[in-house]
Order: sequence, then C-alpha cells, then structure tokens
Amino acid sequence: MTALTTPARPDEDDARLRPVPWRRMAGVTWRQHRIALAGVAVLLGVLAVYLWLAGLSLNHAYAAAVACQPASSAACQGLDSTLDGMDNFLSNGFLLQVLPPVIGAFVGAPVLARELETGTFRYAWTQGFGRRRWAVAKLLLLAVVVTAAAAAFGALLTWYYEPFVGNQSLGLPRTTPLTPALFDLRGIGFPAWTLAAFAIGVLAGMLIRRVVPAIVATLVVYGGLAFATAGFLRVHYLTPLLASINVSVPDNAWVISQWWTKDGRYAFGRYPPSNILNLCSSPAAGTGKDGSPEGWGPCLVQHGYAMWTSYQPASRFWPFQWIEGGWLLGLSALLIAAAVWLVSRRAA
Amino acid sequence: MNVVEASGLGKRYGRTWALRECTLAIPAGRVAALVGPNGAGKTTLLNLAVGLTAPSAGAVTVLGRRPAGSPAALDGIAFVAQDTPLYKTLSVADMIYITRSLNRRFDQPYAQARLDELGIPQKRKAGKLSGGQQAQLALTLALARRPRLLVLDEPVAALDPVARHDFMATVLAAASADGVSVLLSSHVLTELERVASYLVLMSRGRVQLAGQVSDLLAAHGHASLEELALHYLREATPEVTR
Repeated sequence: MTALTTPARPDEDDARLRPVPWRRMAGVTWRQHRIALAGVAVLLGVLAVYLWLAGLSLNHAYAAAVACQPASSAACQGLDSTLDGMDNFLSNGFLLQVLPPVIGAFVGAPVLARELETGTFRYAWTQGFGRRRWAVAKLLLLAVVVTAAAAAFGALLTWYYEPFVGNQSLGLPRTTPLTPALFDLRGIGFPAWTLAAFAIGVLAGMLIRRVVPAIVATLVVYGGLAFATAGFLRVHYLTPLLASINVSVPDNAWVISQWWTKDGRYAFGRYPPSNILNLCSSPAAGTGKDGSPEGWGPCLVQHGYAMWTSYQPASRFWPFQWIEGGWLLGLSALLIAAAVWLVSRRAA
Repeated sequence: MNVVEASGLGKRYGRTWALRECTLAIPAGRVAALVGPNGAGKTTLLNLAVGLTAPSAGAVTVLGRRPAGSPAALDGIAFVAQDTPLYKTLSVADMIYITRSLNRRFDQPYAQARLDELGIPQKRKAGKLSGGQQAQLALTLALARRPRLLVLDEPVAALDPVARHDFMATVLAAASADGVSVLLSSHVLTELERVASYLVLMSRGRVQLAGQVSDLLAAHGHASLEELALHYLREATPEVTR
C-alpha cells in the first residue's frame, strides 16, 4: 500500500503558538453529549407540555374560584370542588423531585467517567487543546446548558404550582410556599438543584472513573444532600419568628415547632401529657372532642400555660430561594473546580 | 534536536517504581523503538513523554527541550495510545471533526484521502470498524495533525498480520516521506526489524541499552536486532531481580 504524503509541517516559534480557540469545544461537546442532552430535552419537553396543559386549566379554575363572590354561594362551592378535583399525583411535588438528580446523574456522571472507563482520555488529553482547557470548556458549557434548560422548566413549575401556594384557601390542599417538596421545584430552586446534581455527577465520575457506579453515587449523594437541606438546614436560613397563642400564625407560614411554657419555663411540646390534659378534661373546661388546641388550648392558658409557635413566614420565600440558590451555586462551582483540578493533575 | 530527552526520570505508583533512573536522548528523524517485556515500563515512559503522567523524579522534555505536556509539546506530538481509544459511539466523520476542532492544524484532505484509500466509510460508527480499521483510523487522525513526533504505544499488539503490515507501512511512509519522528513501543520484536533505526531496550523499569541500531549491532557483534534484544533482555533480568 502506498501512503499519501503529509505536507511538510512549517516550523513555528512557540511564542507565536496561539491556543486553539475556546469556541471549538462547542461543536465537540455537542457531538459527544448530544444523546444525553436530547434525552433531557425530550424528558423535560414532554413533561412541560403536560404541565402546560394541566396548568392552564388549573390556573383558570383557580382564577375563577378566587374571583367568585360571595364565596359561600353554591356556585362558588361548585368552583371550589372543581379545583379540588384537579388535585392529582403531581400536587405534592414529590414525583418531580427526581428530575434534578436524574438529569445530574445521566448527564453529569458520564462526562469524565466514560473517558476514564473507555480510555479515551488518552486521546482527549493529548490533543492540542490542552486537558485543563478541555475540561473547563466542556464542563462549563454543559453546566450552562443543563442549568438553562432547568431554569426554563423551573419557571413553568413556578407557574403551575401557583394555585397550591396562593393566598386563597380554596379547594386545593393548603400549602405554604416553603413546604419542602415544593420549595425546591419553584423559583430558582429547580435550576440550582439541577446544577448541583450535575456538578456532583461530574466529580463522582472523575473520582469513581466508571459510569454506572458514578451514576449510583450521584443519586445517593444528591439524595442525602437534598434530604439534609430540606430536613435540617433550610429552617436555619433566617431566624424563625416566634408567636404566642395570642398572635395568630399566618395560614401559609411554615410552622417549625410548637411548645408550651409555664412561668417562663418550657413545659411540654405540642401535645400536653395526660396529667396536664386532665386539668382540662371536664366538659366545663371546654375540651374539644378531638383534643385539639382549639379545645384545650384556652383552658391551659387559664391554668397559666402559654403556647409558642416558631415559624418561617411565607414572605421569606424569595430570601430563602436566594440563600439556597447562592450556596448551591457556590457548591457546584467548587465541585466542578475540583474535577478540573483532578483532570489537570491526574496521572494516566 | 532530540525528540525526547530524559534525565533521572522516574515514576512511582504507590511503592512500586514503574520507571527509574531513566536518562536518554532520542534524536529526531528516526523511528525509535522501545522494546522490552510486559511491565518493563514502556507505557510509563511514553505517558511521561506525551504529558499524560507527571514524573515522580527527574524530568523529561520533548521536541527540543520543551516540557512534556506543555502547549507547544501537545501541539507537536500526536499520540496513539494502546488499544487505539476512539469514541466508539461516534461516526468516523465525527472523530475527524473532533480531532480537527481540538488542534491548531488538521489536514482534512489527507485524512479523507487516507480513509477512502483504506475503504473506511465516514458514516460508520468507530466502534463498528474492525480492529485493523480502528487502528488505521486512530493513526490517520494522528498523522493528519501533522505532528513532528508520532508516539505509538503497542500499536500492532492487537492486530492480525495483514493489518500489522498495513499499519506499519503507513507509519514508515510518514517517517520517510514527511520526516516525522516516530517513537513506538512493542514487545513484538520481529515487527521492528524492518522499521526501527533507533533502539531503547527496557526491562524491569530501567533502560538497559539505547542507541542507533546499526551502531549497536556493530558494537555488540549481533546479526539482527532480535538477537541483540534477546541477548540483552536475558542478561539484564537476573541483575535486576537481586
């Protein structure tokens, strides 16, 4: 076989050596990750169409129910029950919580893990582009694309869930906008968590170096982080407000805890122990049938007890969103920077 | 100019030295062969030279004292790793696109003409090509970068005899017609007889012998490269096992 000759390479000074332009990574990244990105587009696209159609009728029914006067009329009750009938499997938000980790695991985890698993990093990192620049360009590009897609979808979710967290208590289950299962689907929560999941996936892939274990690790780590944030961390973003029994806690507030005191000392938690409840057990004391604070509350107050409620008001939704979005962005930047650092120094 | 210069170069993985006290200078314009049994440190030395690995001791420079892995070094060296890694789910055309995008120079007409000559369809996925075709594709992509140094790690180990012959013919053509320096590793001695003009013998993480093939043969009175290599590798082994 006769090989074609390659033209002689002109000698060039290192000083004149211009780096390969950054923008070239756009086409490279697209070709390598178009299947994953198309998967995300299809997944979010199909869900978006459904949410859009469902949301239109939901928001319409909500607007009709809100506008209806007088609220106690039969016509308005009918509108309320129409709204109630629209309460479905998406209402509590749990199902959509899986989207950020799924996107992060299936887009983020393979980016570096597949290169390391199949050995193609030996190809990619010895091209003229340079491995650190390669990692920076690819990871930032994918992070921006994934976050932008999630932001658009998050805007749709914000709108879809409006009736559930609105100020009017109508046919739908009453929810505070700070409720854990909805808080991170709305506002900037959804893109921020998606970005964090992507970053976790990238670093997991770099550390574990195999695609499937990296995907599993991403889901586990993300689950732990999301659970810890919703269960323990978010409550402390701002100091909770305190309300005594005389001050009514707003309906749509996120109640954190309730407890009783007597003579300025902690007495018991939300429900009184039986020996104290017995003080109010006679019908004359006005115990409610269900033993609710409405029933025995006033009676306990007469006995010198005071009830306290700590809560986060619904008006803190946006401050909380910015706090959470901020630290998630910082965390994501840190994880991606760590992955880039590992790429630039990892031995073959 | 030397295409690879190492002084006191060493690489340790954990407690094991994969390569130690390696000092050598491989001149430009040669086909240099890195010969030795498995585990001799050939791949480690190549990874150090192309900048994939950082040394644990000593230093290595390429293409006239440029640090291995520096932008100028990456620009002038094309590396085909063991088992010729390619993105298996991408088409041949996509591999060409990616390689062109990631480098300052890429000779697209050369790459296309080579692939046509080899009968490799550009629409086919790289993973669907035969082993020989995958190796040829990786080599074509490397040569289309118009490197000054072509580094090949065990390029023919997984190929059948015909594919081996074709592959080495391409390498030789690039070396002789275009003046590309070549550094390749192999444990298949017979393949190197025809091609290598410079030899580096390695075993147990050390360079045992290095020099021009003709000089080495004359100085040690061996008839062939194979004979010389076998003699040295046999001799070297007990010395290192102490």
